Amino acid sequence: MLAHAIFFYTFSFIAIVSAIMVTVSKNTVHSVFFLILDFISISCLFIMIGAEFLGMIMLIVYVGAVAVLFLFVVMMLNVAQQKNQWFSAQESSKHIPIGLIVSVIIFFELIIVIGGWKYKPDLVSAMSLTIDKNITNTHSIGYVLYTDYIHVFQLSGMILLVAMIGAIVLTFRQRSGVKRQSYFSQISRERSDGVELIDVENNKGVKSDD
Amino acid sequence: MEYLNIIFLQTYKILFLLVPVLVSVAMIVWLDRRIWAFVQKRQGPNVVGPFGLLQSLADALKYIFKEVIIPSSSNKVIFILAPIVTMTLALVSWAVIPFSATQVLADINVGVLYLFAVSSLGVYGIIMGGWASNSKYPFLGAIRSAAQMVSYEVSIGVIIINVLLCVGSLNLNDIIMAQENLWFIIPLFPMFVIFFISALAETNRPPFDLPEAEAELVAGYQTEYSGMMYAMFWLGEYANILLMCAMGSILFLGGWLSPIDLYPFNLIPGAIWMIFKILFLFVLFALVKAIVPRYRYDQLMRLGWKIFLPLSLTWVVLTASYLFYFNLLPVN
Repeated sequence: MLAHAIFFYTFSFIAIVSAIMVTVSKNTVHSVFFLILDFISISCLFIMIGAEFLGMIMLIVYVGAVAVLFLFVVMMLNVAQQKNQWFSAQESSKHIPIGLIVSVIIFFELIIVIGGWKYKPDLVSAMSLTIDKNITNTHSIGYVLYTDYIHVFQLSGMILLVAMIGAIVLTFRQRSGVKRQSYFSQISRERSDGVELIDVENNKGVKSDD
Repeated sequence: MEYLNIIFLQTYKILFLLVPVLVSVAMIVWLDRRIWAFVQKRQGPNVVGPFGLLQSLADALKYIFKEVIIPSSSNKVIFILAPIVTMTLALVSWAVIPFSATQVLADINVGVLYLFAVSSLGVYGIIMGGWASNSKYPFLGAIRSAAQMVSYEVSIGVIIINVLLCVGSLNLNDIIMAQENLWFIIPLFPMFVIFFISALAETNRPPFDLPEAEAELVAGYQTEYSGMMYAMFWLGEYANILLMCAMGSILFLGGWLSPIDLYPFNLIPGAIWMIFKILFLFVLFALVKAIVPRYRYDQLMRLGWKIFLPLSLTWVVLTASYLFYFNLLPVN
């Protein structure tokens, strides 16, 4: 168990420190890199408690896709040069109350969640899921997700789809005058469409735009 | 003491895996250049050693003795981290590749997911290098590669789902054993083709080498790198290519299984078959590099999102329906 404890404390220490560094570091790109480190150490913690499927999905979805897009946006906008502007500038201080409200809500939600786990052991035992030790946790997640909770699962998929379509619709704009490549017209072009053979009379020539 | 023993044993195993991988990376670079030259009717590297076999070692020696230049305006920590990340991620995924039923460093339950996760992390080395260089060409290369690798990961993921539907397990050895009677390349041939092309895009190989397109971006994300750090990018890239070939041979070509389950072929150990299959796929990679011109960026995106994604999704539905209708779904 010693090795287990050493690994657990290492990963959780890295997770907490990098989570703090996400908010503390002045350079936004560094924040995103610390966020990635945080995700990775949390997925290591998932793997340590035997939830290897969740850990891997965490790596694939959050680190492999979401954080790449974060990084993409942060780098493209070059937010790194606008450090600490929010707190020093006068007119943008109206963001602070909104941020405070959101953080207070999240704080109380966290208290409720932790309190639920800590003071209501019935809540844990009331969950009727029986975990079969003989099957891998990928299988057990599948058995639960696609049988008992199929409707919730489908519903969350629909919500994601709607959000995706909404994002596309919001950012979609049709620009006029853009030249587009049409593969079909390119491939179906014949020799007779482009080449014309003309008998040129001597000393007369031809106009090219005829 | 007990822990110390475990650590020594594991280190021994890791070295036994990684040293051959690194040596074969050097050899594979030579093979790549020879095939490239062969297609173009040139000689290729043929001076250093027999058939030029030691060319890569000579190159590596040259890189080691070159000065490592760190641009003064770069972000130094991330600049140095980038090639290390690329190299580490390329080597770390070899832990789950099985070379026979028992010869595997870590026979984990979610082997395919692990491979997929680590290969999806590979983009960070490039983004970090491109951003930390603080220069225009590397940055453009990094932005391109981020979009490209994320796009093609999607279709690779869907292709993996196709294979998993036929296997019913995420373990790599289970996937290989499921192909004992029929390699998945036969029923899933269109998926193999899409996987091969996506693997080219995922590893930034020509015709999808836009992140380092030398005609437009000098050398893309590697522009500011020199000496050993450049060599590490280079090694990581080729280790990734080998890994993709290994992944292709496990998913579609039956991994370490022999092609014919008969007497003389059975004697050959699985590792040899595995290496042959990896080499076969790599020769295909090298041939593609030699004969296909580079894609334009919008064509690349169109291919990934408008052709490969719908095709592979449709194939998932087809595979699932077929397996369900004929009651062939693997249930344990």
